[in-house]
Amino acid sequence: MVEQQAAVLSPSALVDEFRKNGVTHIITIPDSETNYLYELMKQQEWLDVVPISREGEGPATALGLNIAGKTPVVLIQNTGLLESGDSIRGMALDAGFPLVLVVGYRGWTRRGKTTDSAAVYTEPFLNAFRINYYFVERDTDAPRISEAFEEARQTKRPVVVLIGDEYHGWNREQTNGKAAQQ
Amino acid sequence: MIDAIDVFRAFGKHRGDAIVAASGTVAKHWPEISENERRDVQLGSTMGQTTSAAFGMALGLPDEKVVLFDSEGALLMNLGVLASIAGKAPANFVHFLLDNECYATTGGQPVPNATGIDYAGVASRIGYPATYHFDDLEDLATSMAEIMDREGPVFVSVKIKPEVENLPVGMRQRTRRRSRQETIDTLQAELGITAG
Repeated sequence: MVEQQAAVLSPSALVDEFRKNGVTHIITIPDSETNYLYELMKQQEWLDVVPISREGEGPATALGLNIAGKTPVVLIQNTGLLESGDSIRGMALDAGFPLVLVVGYRGWTRRGKTTDSAAVYTEPFLNAFRINYYFVERDTDAPRISEAFEEARQTKRPVVVLIGDEYHGWNREQTNGKAAQQ
Repeated sequence: MIDAIDVFRAFGKHRGDAIVAASGTVAKHWPEISENERRDVQLGSTMGQTTSAAFGMALGLPDEKVVLFDSEGALLMNLGVLASIAGKAPANFVHFLLDNECYATTGGQPVPNATGIDYAGVASRIGYPATYHFDDLEDLATSMAEIMDREGPVFVSVKIKPEVENLPVGMRQRTRRRSRQETIDTLQAELGITAG
């Protein structure tokens, strides 16, 4: 049982990390892999979910919230990360504030081979922008999310948490959300 | 069409304690008018993204009136943000759109469908509860008190005269007095916000 739970990244583990790090707002576009996470976040009274219309709005909206003294996270898929390039440049990197982006790594496989160009270009994109990233695949990796927050705070730069979505189970888990609501 | 500086003059009389962000070519006029520089914030020049940043600021500061002077060329690059704003409906947000029908900063080329877009109509149908359109200064000036009193988000489209810049960017006279970070630091100090 324990091994089964550790084999995926549960939505509650992610929401627990958000709470631990004082997150106030989740700026997001839901995608096909994260519906249950979205529902769980909506249930948290301490968390304000901010739906946006395209991913490029994310870093800019986060800048405004940061000016207001809030702690936003941008939650998008890697396709949207690619779409957000100029916003990341102008509104996050140039503005110089701590920002964690949680990015679903569509197309990533443990075997290291993928036919999905979204996955092929994700890490080269981050390297080109000189953005550090942490890879998270299962519950036992969750402490890396706190490391990402700490790095963002220390460097006042965007830091990405890549979610290896082959195993994250965000659409499969239906009952493991209670811990995050306590 | 109205001179942009006259829009700012008409607004300045009714500003109160509002936080103001201005973007686009004509934003250079606002510091000449503003009487409360500590609440003026420069959010960056990434076209289309200033709108999102002002939206985020309004969400995070629900007890402060947040006013954005946007431009139509920028808004067209990020038109979906109108839905994002209408969805969260920050009651403290006043969104002016200064529409000169062109990309003034690149020589005055027309924006797509430059004369044919009813921006206030778009904002209304997308869900802004209060929208206005002006192409006459007196009408704008006499409505300003009402605009600033309305529960938002409020959208105000104003036709303005283009102030076209045609020199290469490197040869233009710099008008910015404070950096983005300086304006953010000053605003946060004014509001008692500890930088994140």
